[in-house]
Amino acid sequence: MNLNHFTQSTYIAGFSGGLLIGFAAAMLVLFNGRIAGISGILGGLLQAGKEDKIWRVMFLLGLIAAPFIYRITFGLPAVTIEARTIKLIVAGLLVGIGTRYASGCTSGHGVCGISRGSIRSIAATLTFMMAGFITVYLTRHLLGI
Amino acid sequence: MLNISAFFVGLIFGLGLIVSGMTNPAKIIGFLDLAGAWDPSLAFVMGGAILIGSGGFALAKKRRRSLLGAPMQLPTATNLDKRLLLGSTAFGVGWGIAGFCPGPAVVSAAAGQPKAWIFVAAMLSGMALYSIIERRGK
Repeated sequence: MNLNHFTQSTYIAGFSGGLLIGFAAAMLVLFNGRIAGISGILGGLLQAGKEDKIWRVMFLLGLIAAPFIYRITFGLPAVTIEARTIKLIVAGLLVGIGTRYASGCTSGHGVCGISRGSIRSIAATLTFMMAGFITVYLTRHLLGI
Repeated sequence: MLNISAFFVGLIFGLGLIVSGMTNPAKIIGFLDLAGAWDPSLAFVMGGAILIGSGGFALAKKRRRSLLGAPMQLPTATNLDKRLLLGSTAFGVGWGIAGFCPGPAVVSAAAGQPKAWIFVAAMLSGMALYSIIERRGK
């Protein structure tokens, strides 16, 4: 395992971004009494009969505004999306259905749930990370797809 | 007030995702690629988030109502059931295939990445499908 090609600055950026994410999660629960879980916030909008839709829309508008504000202040960092259309569709469907059945994703379980000390969220996080590790191993190293 | 606070929280959350590198799928796959050139920085993202988050939730747990007077709606489920474990497995497989989880996908779509639009459209379809299946089952 060779870690030299990752500069220290990527860890600092990761940690700083993490602090912001944690701060946002703390603010949402302290001010709104709500969990900052993106799949839950999105899912609630797609569920007929749910009444509390406005705060969800407002949260999403904030999330959507983020890249615009980041772009005019710092310029957006370059990203690489390797997956082709078919992979994006399959992956998107799995992420959409999976996170709703699991009642959470990286934010709801991984950040908020672990911060609450929820065993359920720790189990969910270990499960999706393990599934991710195995999937990347299979696609990248065994099957080459 | 609750809606204004939700907007700013969403904004800070989104900025955090961009700063941390979570919106770059190549970086996520780099973290998930233990057998390749493993990039551990996602662990730093989670560490930073949980460090602040745990303080926030410790304070929140002591309260019945939020600082703005809304009811505290903390999850109450504790069971490790099939839905949780199979759902998380499906999510992890999708995460590993594309390198996107829901938050970063939405931010990337807003940043104008056409591939993120495709992913988000499929993800929302998956979520809608869940709602339809759940409604039928009742």
